[in-house]
Amino acid sequence: MAVTDTDATERVEPEPLAAQDPSLSPVVDHSAVTTHSPVPKVVAHRAPGTPADHVEREAARGVKLAKISRTGDRIFRSLATTSGLLIVLLVLFVGIFLLALALPSLQANQDNFLTSRNWTVAGNELRFGIAGLFWTTVLSAVLAMAMAVPVAVGVALCMTQYLHKRVSGPVSFVVDLLAAVPSIIFGLWGLTVLGPFLAPGAAWLISKLGWIPFFERNVDPKGSVFVASVVLAIMILPIVIAISRDVFAQTPRDHIEAALALGATRWEVIRTAVLPHGRSGVISASMLGLGRALGETIAVMIILTTPSPGSPFSPSIFAGGETFASKIANNAAEFDSPSKTGAYIAAGLVLFVVTFAVNAIARIIAERGVES
Amino acid sequence: MSAPTADAPLAFRRPSGVRTVKNSLATIFVTVATLITIIPLAWVLTTVIIKGYRLLLSSTWWLQSQRGITPRREGGGAYHAIVGTVEMALICAAIAVPLGVLGAIFLIEYGRGTKIARGVSFMVDILSGIPSIVAALFIYALFITIFGLGRSAIAVSCALVLLMLPVVLRSTEEMLKLVPDSLREASYALGVSKWKTIVKVVIPTAFGGIVTGVMLGLARVMGETAPLLILVSYAVGINFSPTTDTMGALPTMINAGRDQPPQMPGYERVWAAALTLIMIVMLLNLLARLIARFTTLKEK
Repeated sequence: MAVTDTDATERVEPEPLAAQDPSLSPVVDHSAVTTHSPVPKVVAHRAPGTPADHVEREAARGVKLAKISRTGDRIFRSLATTSGLLIVLLVLFVGIFLLALALPSLQANQDNFLTSRNWTVAGNELRFGIAGLFWTTVLSAVLAMAMAVPVAVGVALCMTQYLHKRVSGPVSFVVDLLAAVPSIIFGLWGLTVLGPFLAPGAAWLISKLGWIPFFERNVDPKGSVFVASVVLAIMILPIVIAISRDVFAQTPRDHIEAALALGATRWEVIRTAVLPHGRSGVISASMLGLGRALGETIAVMIILTTPSPGSPFSPSIFAGGETFASKIANNAAEFDSPSKTGAYIAAGLVLFVVTFAVNAIARIIAERGVES
Repeated sequence: MSAPTADAPLAFRRPSGVRTVKNSLATIFVTVATLITIIPLAWVLTTVIIKGYRLLLSSTWWLQSQRGITPRREGGGAYHAIVGTVEMALICAAIAVPLGVLGAIFLIEYGRGTKIARGVSFMVDILSGIPSIVAALFIYALFITIFGLGRSAIAVSCALVLLMLPVVLRSTEEMLKLVPDSLREASYALGVSKWKTIVKVVIPTAFGGIVTGVMLGLARVMGETAPLLILVSYAVGINFSPTTDTMGALPTMINAGRDQPPQMPGYERVWAAALTLIMIVMLLNLLARLIARFTTLKEK
């Protein structure tokens, strides 16, 4: 986790050389030693009867301090600072440029952008809204998070509290490899292997629980939100595991030993010492996972069946649909007129704002957890 | 629990039934969770290997492109896509690595504890959470709509920079934090200026970790598909010029052929391309781990 090291000690500047030489004993003005200058400013000794220039001459004879050019330092410092600020600018620019290009299309939009489910962007009349995209995006991401977080916490506990270090090494290797699999391969696998595998179970659920809106109607269990969220859950597992593992591993040894000394079983140690310590970390990790799931493009695009335009809305997790990301990627070839592109960029802007908020919340929770 | 008194001997009791059951349930839960995590990886890897390994054994796969090959025909290779993927990733790295390393130097060496550094650090977290499709749209807006340039492989590389930058920066930052202050102080005491200390002492000490971060970043951007879909067209032939609007890449090669029915020769090529991509990415990850193991500074 990226947590800034707030109580970092100030780096000690090099001791002024001249001040350590007893034969010189000039009055060294420490206040003048700034962070930039390792060479102390030697101020004249004001002893009565001693001419000021005498001390200066002696100082010059005793230690020879070469003049160090500060140009290199200045250039390097500004280079580093510029790179840092460039990152801030980059994120701001993403928001600004997306907004600038989306605005004309948003103003020309005949429908309500937030509540409409239409997406007619060809031709002169723009009618588009994000209600349908928003529903599918949030439904798939939240489902994925709900599936991934309990499993991830279990794995993180297993790695930190149950397994010996020798065994948990290979497990964390597997988790790292899972994180390395490109999303298009998860998409391909989800479409051709996992989808058909889950279809009978989905059909059974629909036949038994069809009266609940979430399970209504069998549109296409192969390319459904359900399959997409299972794949998303697998894809966000590694990040949630990695962060949870790190916070669980930092549980104070005293707390664990105190619980053990009171006769706690291993589960009770986890419940009373490990979980309370890691709570904010796990919440933050879940939010990061949610952010990933919201923005995942290609796997979702490949798996979800695009509903035909004008088809009625279905809240079912076994229906197809389009997320913000999959909608944009599916239609990337059609970015020909500015107004049309603007509509897709508006969808991208909403996705940016949502992921920005989710990631910011994740970071704030993580920082709070560190402080307390 | 009552405290033992002087005359009553300490009575150790096994945990009661309910507690033992709960404890066993927890053990079962974490074991099952770990298995659930291992299964998808094994499943994906075996699927891809079984369906795609055959084509990788012949040299045509590595030396020929898909020019003139329809999904109904056998033959052709992934040379164009492999080179395209590597080329775009390298252009991206050429921009992202200096920026990331300098950004980390700012955070650790110059800005430590300042408000600016906190702001930058916050934005790096946001950047690492930006979906690849949003990065691609941003570059589309900037390059194509505003500057009026066409689609190109360079545009893809620029979008990938946004995704690689946080990876490189964070791993470099972690490494710089581990460089002991005594090394810096020794260098200052010899009268070496700060920037020379950073370039000649701090960076070489942290070098292994920085390389690890770069390789992990490369592995991440090589598998990205969304920027490729938006910013460049997929070329079946060999075109290595990064300024033209077509270029082959492994993810788009998979995407272009994903709807092939299993009896077509093109179907097998999709899986072979998937296997090639996984192999490259895994190789980078393994190398990164090896480098980390042998060169990384140990936490005290």
